[in-house]
Amino acid sequence: MKILVPVKRVIDANIRVRVKADNTGVETANVKMAMNPFCEIAVEEALRLKEAGHAEEVIIVSAGPEKAAETIRTGLAMGADRGVHVQTDDRLEPLTIAKIIKAVSDKEGCDLVVLGKQSIDDDNNQTGQMLAALMERPLGSYISKIEKNDNGFAITREIDAGLEDLQISSPAVVTADLRLNEPRYASLPNIMKAKKKPIDAMSPADLGVEVSNRLTVVKVDEPPAREAGVMVSGAEELVDKLKNDAKVI
Amino acid sequence: MSVLVIAEHDNSQVSPGTLNTVTAASKIGGDVHILVAGSACADVASQCAKIAGVSKVLCADDDSYKNEITENVAALVKTQVGDYGHVMAPASTFGKALIPYVAAQCDVQAISDISDIVSDDTFVRPIYAGNALETVQSADAVKMMTVRTTAFELADAESGSAEVTNIDQAGATDWVQFVAQNLSQSERPELTSARIVVSGGRGMQNGENFAMLEKLADNLGGAVGASRAAVDAGFVPNDYQVGQTGKVVAPDVYLAIGISGAIQHLAGMKDSKVIVAINNDEEAPIFQVSDYGWNEDLFTAVPALQAELEK
Repeated sequence: MKILVPVKRVIDANIRVRVKADNTGVETANVKMAMNPFCEIAVEEALRLKEAGHAEEVIIVSAGPEKAAETIRTGLAMGADRGVHVQTDDRLEPLTIAKIIKAVSDKEGCDLVVLGKQSIDDDNNQTGQMLAALMERPLGSYISKIEKNDNGFAITREIDAGLEDLQISSPAVVTADLRLNEPRYASLPNIMKAKKKPIDAMSPADLGVEVSNRLTVVKVDEPPAREAGVMVSGAEELVDKLKNDAKVI
Repeated sequence: MSVLVIAEHDNSQVSPGTLNTVTAASKIGGDVHILVAGSACADVASQCAKIAGVSKVLCADDDSYKNEITENVAALVKTQVGDYGHVMAPASTFGKALIPYVAAQCDVQAISDISDIVSDDTFVRPIYAGNALETVQSADAVKMMTVRTTAFELADAESGSAEVTNIDQAGATDWVQFVAQNLSQSERPELTSARIVVSGGRGMQNGENFAMLEKLADNLGGAVGASRAAVDAGFVPNDYQVGQTGKVVAPDVYLAIGISGAIQHLAGMKDSKVIVAINNDEEAPIFQVSDYGWNEDLFTAVPALQAELEK
């Protein structure tokens, strides 16, 4: 089995983002970037499936500008075998990204695509679902467990009401939730080794995908700020304020 | 043009989030129709018919819809998209899985988690864990979106009188087999629609200590939630998680107990009307967004609060 893991380069989860003064987006210049945390979980799970003997190869793909190659390199340092970089400076919407990933998966003949359930920048939570629909393959969204078996994969999904177990056939598309695993750190020798691993570069056009955005970003605003409140010193004062000032209990 | 809302339900009860979604749909203008896909779900269809602002209920009653399998519901929705200008579902795990799936099948770029409607093609949505609000305009002929339910009022569930039309099942797949569900059983209100939420974080130290919060929640008629740290540590199940990647809540009162207030957590609760924070770390960021802060050890504060409420 070949596993494809799409990854995204995003502003580091620990950075507090700032809206640009001209309201066209958020400040990304000189901001620390990292692999989207959910993508790290996806890479980790693919590596575990390979280490358990279920896969021969783990391929990392990312679509984006030149620097996206660094994020692919991060996946290779974790232990993936090789990378595919679909280079473009255009803004990419999830539908276009799903089309790109489908083209790469078709070209490589992948049996399983493992994605993060959402990226922490746009918070869209769409690409995996779109990919499954376009590929006409079963979707396992928000998984916290996956096991290969004779009929495909046994998965557990995190849903609003609790957990759900499904059996899905193979080939498949799954999206990783937080508790699927805890991603490993890349060791120094693996980081060195990753520098020699191949990354194929191509354009969306090479894959036959046209970048056509459907959404126009009209503006990006700061959310209304919450005003700092008051400190209380005891239960009596707190209950009094909730009852008589805020009138909520 | 009409708006099609996809109902979320458990085959006996329509979810409150569906009522919020109807309110959002009504703001777009035009007729609002609801699609119910379920099994032995006639009760849900009648409940939907009574929601204010709904003029038509489409009901597909078939075993393949029993467990809300994304592929099966999507196949049905796709046959119904037709002349609708908008298709909407609540931004729950059900809607978030379904809408992008259907959108891709229809070559539409979906819009996630809308929190405001500017016009029939322009919507506001939070990005970066709610640290920015993005206004986007869609050029797609059909707009497909999930709705941040806390941003819209509940539609009246009793004053409507829509007709119910039964429709045929459409194209279920055999790719996905339902095995089991392990759902949290609770008599407390549902987390995303509760008026009061009592949430615990890493400071709770273990799962047993959550009994304190449950008692407090029961006294207040509220639900119990948790931060990601508490869920990751195994104190409580995943469905308790409030935050960027968990549930979004906006109750009248949110009590954050032993929660430091990482931005990922704030993303899920900062639209609450009143935020109360109890934390022994006076530097905890949660105090910067709380209306009432109490810098005290939670193991002292929670019993004291409980005693005060019982007075």
